[in-house]
Amino acid sequence: MAKTGIPPREEVAAEAVPRITPRLFLRRHALTTGTIGIAVVMWTIFIVAAPDVFLNSRIYSAFGITTPLWGMMALALTFVVITREMDLSFVSVMALGMVGFVRVHEFTGSVLLAILACLLVGLACGLFNGFLVAVLGIPSLVITLGTMFFFRGIELALLDGTGVPLTDDAFGTLRDVLNGKTAGIPNEFVWMVIIGVLLWVVLNRTRYGAHLFVVGDNVDSARLMGIRVTRVKMTAFGTLGVVAAFSGMVASMQSSYLWPTLGDGSLLLPIAAVFLGGTSVFGGIGTIFGTFLGALMVGSIQAGVISAGISGFYTQLFFGLIIIVSLVMQTLISRRMRS
Amino acid sequence: MDATEPPVMELRGVSKTFGEVRALSDVDFHVRRGEIVGLLGDNGSGKSTMVKMMMGYHRPDPGGEVWFEGERVQGWSVAKARALGIETVYQERALADLQSVWRNMFMGREPVNRFGLLDIRRMRREAAALMKGHMGFTSGAVHPDNVVQTMSGGEKQGVAITRALFFEARLVVLDEPTMGLSLSETQKTLDFVRSIKEAGRSAVFIDHNVYHVYPVVDRLVLLDRGRIAGEFTPAGITLEQLTDRLRTVARTGRLEG
Repeated sequence: MAKTGIPPREEVAAEAVPRITPRLFLRRHALTTGTIGIAVVMWTIFIVAAPDVFLNSRIYSAFGITTPLWGMMALALTFVVITREMDLSFVSVMALGMVGFVRVHEFTGSVLLAILACLLVGLACGLFNGFLVAVLGIPSLVITLGTMFFFRGIELALLDGTGVPLTDDAFGTLRDVLNGKTAGIPNEFVWMVIIGVLLWVVLNRTRYGAHLFVVGDNVDSARLMGIRVTRVKMTAFGTLGVVAAFSGMVASMQSSYLWPTLGDGSLLLPIAAVFLGGTSVFGGIGTIFGTFLGALMVGSIQAGVISAGISGFYTQLFFGLIIIVSLVMQTLISRRMRS
Repeated sequence: MDATEPPVMELRGVSKTFGEVRALSDVDFHVRRGEIVGLLGDNGSGKSTMVKMMMGYHRPDPGGEVWFEGERVQGWSVAKARALGIETVYQERALADLQSVWRNMFMGREPVNRFGLLDIRRMRREAAALMKGHMGFTSGAVHPDNVVQTMSGGEKQGVAITRALFFEARLVVLDEPTMGLSLSETQKTLDFVRSIKEAGRSAVFIDHNVYHVYPVVDRLVLLDRGRIAGEFTPAGITLEQLTDRLRTVARTGRLEG
């Protein structure tokens, strides 16, 4: 364990950490506070605009079923973005993992093995991304665009372009666990909370999480201090791969069908959620809580605009507006924090 | 200093080649216990490569050997060097600017509790104590949660030095620690170097300012174009003679002009 070295070793440990005043606390968490503020304002606007929709629990229940399908991936994507990388391929991993699922189920008849296969395929895809980025040093934005097509291509070839019904009775328990309800809350949402809590603990309370921040902040410093940069980045991509495969399973079980196009169109929502949540595109800064809020905001715009009777094409206008306002706010806040 | 005891650290026949460039060639170098060794050399003399070699960032080309307290070390790496008690204060500070002081202080060796979770309370408490005790931060505004980005050059240096000294370091490597510091901050840094010796530890002090190095070291090693060009003790050479020699070496590559 760490001991106090040269010079004098007396006074250490006695010192109390100076107290954090409420003002300091607000300043330190200005980004999160701002994001919460925007979320509250947005929600208020929705309630005022369409009280019967937004004061009714039905919308929240619908929203709790759809948002996690991509929201869980947003949570894991936060890790990757904190290390100053990006991943575009997770939408294809969603589907490829499910190919592993159906194939292994066909051969073995075991649902447990199928689940395992699904998650392992996700892990393998993530590690493959990580290898290309961290070991070979290829810019992640570019190479994961390649693997996005590549993974999708493998999936389409293996499925021969047609979907697979998932109506086997053997999936009953799995469907209950993934898509049932717990105390009236859709299990999809419960899983998103579980994953969020797990990732929060890893990010904020483990050495690995501490290293994620350092690697994204200053990769040279990280290397000089003996942090295994390659391993840290590969693990981040691997985590996202596993979560993407899991999301694929949740989505497919929800619709009882494996669509070959599974994941198509859910690329931008997780990315928007990560940035809305205050994670920096320059790496080194980010929170799981912020991404969680970001996902809720993106999800509620999606559900809210339509339910409020506003024509669907206003969704994009709203998205754009919220994203621009949030990013402007974040930039102003970080500039003030620096001075 | 006991000459019969094996050196704390020793490099034997170490070379380092980057592509076509030979940064170090066949260098023999050692540091004894309680010894402060000054490493002098012009830009491009191989000083930085030496630093990164000592602290595990570079591995010697095949044939070169790294010894620590009389034992040959295999598979040289930063993690291994730090585990053996070699700490470095880098020229470029090696800090993560957007992270808090306590995260920087414990970077790469964060303490964990018995559940394997970070012991954040302890890190913050010890960082606060070190900041007050060693770095002389008394103002309440300097909190261990502050991000390094908001600090001055001298304060950042304080974090880097305190980090190296906080752990039971057997050998501290200081790479141009006075660069970009004010006069008083430089004085403080030199006092730090002296305190290392008083504590019976060893240090390698790299600087291209002879006036900083000369008064605090026991031995001076002169590096030129990747080779050891000469060794002196402050007792055996005056500051004037030394600066003279340095100029000659820089011009001709030889000690005698």
